[in-house]
Amino acid sequence: MAQKEVDKILSQEYQLGFTVDVEEDTVKAGLDVDVLSFISRKKEEPPWMLELRKKALHKWESMSEPHWPHLYYPPIDYQSISYFSAPKKAPNSLDEVDQSIIDAYNKLGIPLEEQKKLQGIAVDAVFDSVSVKTTFSKELKEKGIIFCSISEAMRDYPDLVKEYMFSVVPMSDNFFAALNSAVFTDGTFVYVPKGVRCPMELSTYFRINAKNTGQFERTLIIADEGSYVSYNEGCSAPQRDENQLHAAVVELIAKKDAEIKYSTIQNWYPGDDDGKGGIFNFVTKRGLCEGENSKISWTQVETGSALTWKYPSCILKGDNSIGEFYSVAVTSKAQQADTGTKMIHIGENTRSTIVSKGISAMRGQNSYRGLVKVSPKASGARNFSQCDSLLIGGECGAHTFPYLDSKNANAQVEHEATTSKISDEQLFYLRQRGMSEEDAVSMIVHGFCKEVFAQLPMEFAVEAKELLNLTLEGSVG
Amino acid sequence: MIHIDNLHINIGNKEILKGVDLQLEKGKVHVLMGKNGSGKSTLTKAIVGHYDVDVTQGSIMYKGENIVDVSPEERALKGIFLSFQNPVEIDGVNNAYFLRTALNAKERYLEKKETNAADFLKLMRKHVQELGMSPDMIARSLNAGFSGGEKKRNEILQMEILEPDLILLDEIDSGLDIDALKAVAEGINRLKDSKRTFLIITHYRRILDYIAPDIVHVLQDGKIVKTGGFELVDLLESEGYDAIQKDL
Repeated sequence: MAQKEVDKILSQEYQLGFTVDVEEDTVKAGLDVDVLSFISRKKEEPPWMLELRKKALHKWESMSEPHWPHLYYPPIDYQSISYFSAPKKAPNSLDEVDQSIIDAYNKLGIPLEEQKKLQGIAVDAVFDSVSVKTTFSKELKEKGIIFCSISEAMRDYPDLVKEYMFSVVPMSDNFFAALNSAVFTDGTFVYVPKGVRCPMELSTYFRINAKNTGQFERTLIIADEGSYVSYNEGCSAPQRDENQLHAAVVELIAKKDAEIKYSTIQNWYPGDDDGKGGIFNFVTKRGLCEGENSKISWTQVETGSALTWKYPSCILKGDNSIGEFYSVAVTSKAQQADTGTKMIHIGENTRSTIVSKGISAMRGQNSYRGLVKVSPKASGARNFSQCDSLLIGGECGAHTFPYLDSKNANAQVEHEATTSKISDEQLFYLRQRGMSEEDAVSMIVHGFCKEVFAQLPMEFAVEAKELLNLTLEGSVG
Repeated sequence: MIHIDNLHINIGNKEILKGVDLQLEKGKVHVLMGKNGSGKSTLTKAIVGHYDVDVTQGSIMYKGENIVDVSPEERALKGIFLSFQNPVEIDGVNNAYFLRTALNAKERYLEKKETNAADFLKLMRKHVQELGMSPDMIARSLNAGFSGGEKKRNEILQMEILEPDLILLDEIDSGLDIDALKAVAEGINRLKDSKRTFLIITHYRRILDYIAPDIVHVLQDGKIVKTGGFELVDLLESEGYDAIQKDL
């Protein structure tokens, strides 16, 4: 893709997104202090937040974009991007929506009413989800669980936000985290009090809520001592966004005996067969197992985006704490993914498990990049890593970059890696038993991903399977 | 059941079958023998529609229809089953799940009610026991880490559950110990009836003593050169393929 085209796509947002809106919703392209003030004002933030944003901007200006990932894309002109997008005008009916999206919804079995919600079409009917949401909110409140947007949290729970935001991912952690710290516009905040087990899966979506949260999301989840929470992010339905650049940050903090389970399905628009128009997704996700016996588990199913740069990590500070990373990353068409994890063992007897399944089809390029670091104090630390790659067809690629840094002779670190190809003989065997070629591919792929899907909450797992079928459709034959 | 007429097959650019004429009759057990490289496996591949084979001439009439251009899965759904000489391993795909998917696909094709998971498991357990297989085969990955004998029994298990009409067994007896051979032969005998046709490819008489075939064919250099009864097996066993050669 030529630079000119990228610029065109990036600047399109500015033209299309803002000329129709009233004046006070417009912000010029580019990034400076005025833009931050504008965002902060729009989000009705307390003044201290604006100061933090300015600090982050200052740091970001001194940093440069990382070029070590195994990703190839034209340079991004950060000054041509607009950092506050007002909600786009919703279509009036599904007839105005791109047919390919409707087809995908139907294949995923998303009901018509929900399809309308996903597209932001106003609907008169009263939804179950509305009442469900009210019931949920009440139940959460009774248990003292806070579940709200990050903007609300800044206003209503400033002490919690001040204490924990930037505590796991410092604003200067990396180029994209710094960018996010300066301009983030939305996200989720969760606090689970001591000893409370959150009674339900928390989801950002209820699907309807998914709109306009994508570009610079910031999520902060705190599980206090002895608590448990399972949080689901994303949605299997294909998500389009006119903003090409995404840079999210997620911070998790698990105190003593607490457990956080974080599941993601990512299906941002991957672009056309040449990757044109797809989302560039640069995400920083990190969890801190701060207390003893705490546990953080990341499970991700990544099927979308033209570029994915993402390493959900765990800092295992508390003794006996546990970090887990289960990932399925699919790259098809011209998609590229450089994804993996970091497990930093600091406390004694800390344990981590990494199971990464990369699937490449068509011209997709899939890289696993993982770091296991064991500090001198982490006696008895154990890690097991398994990285498997599956290739479908001859034009795709799989790459594995494992890094190991152990400073404790007492630690045990194991790494296993395999690369396999769906062979013609495997496909033929299944076809000889009466399955179509697509069903055969799907059966082999699901078998390959089984260990990861087993970690997902059930409903999410069903969606993930459907999504995988859809993503790989047409990749054989 | 199947009527093969003047079948020429290329694999790559090499002609392997050079005008095969073969009729397999309903309710009969046929045997196909021949030297290594004579084209036996190629013939089964042609019948099931394997990617490798290129039909350059001739026809394969199955139940009155020329299936040369029919997709492999449709041939399977129409009742053609091949027990592979070397069954592939597919890691992560549960054996029971795989086989139920195959059975349900066939039931859908025949517009029959699909067997549910509970009933299927009962059915599978019964056959696994009859075949003397270990019960953990049910939940293991398809053929992954199976011994040679276990793989062959697993092929027979699939055959018994899918109840095909035309069964091609490509060296089902190779590498089997006495017990496994007996279990496999019994499985085959259980399915023998007046409507079903077998084509057994083998190099050895052993399995045929259990199965008692009706008709024996000898394939040589890409053609069927001899058809007869069990006496052909005796002849080959005692004098080798040269005996046929002399005869021609």
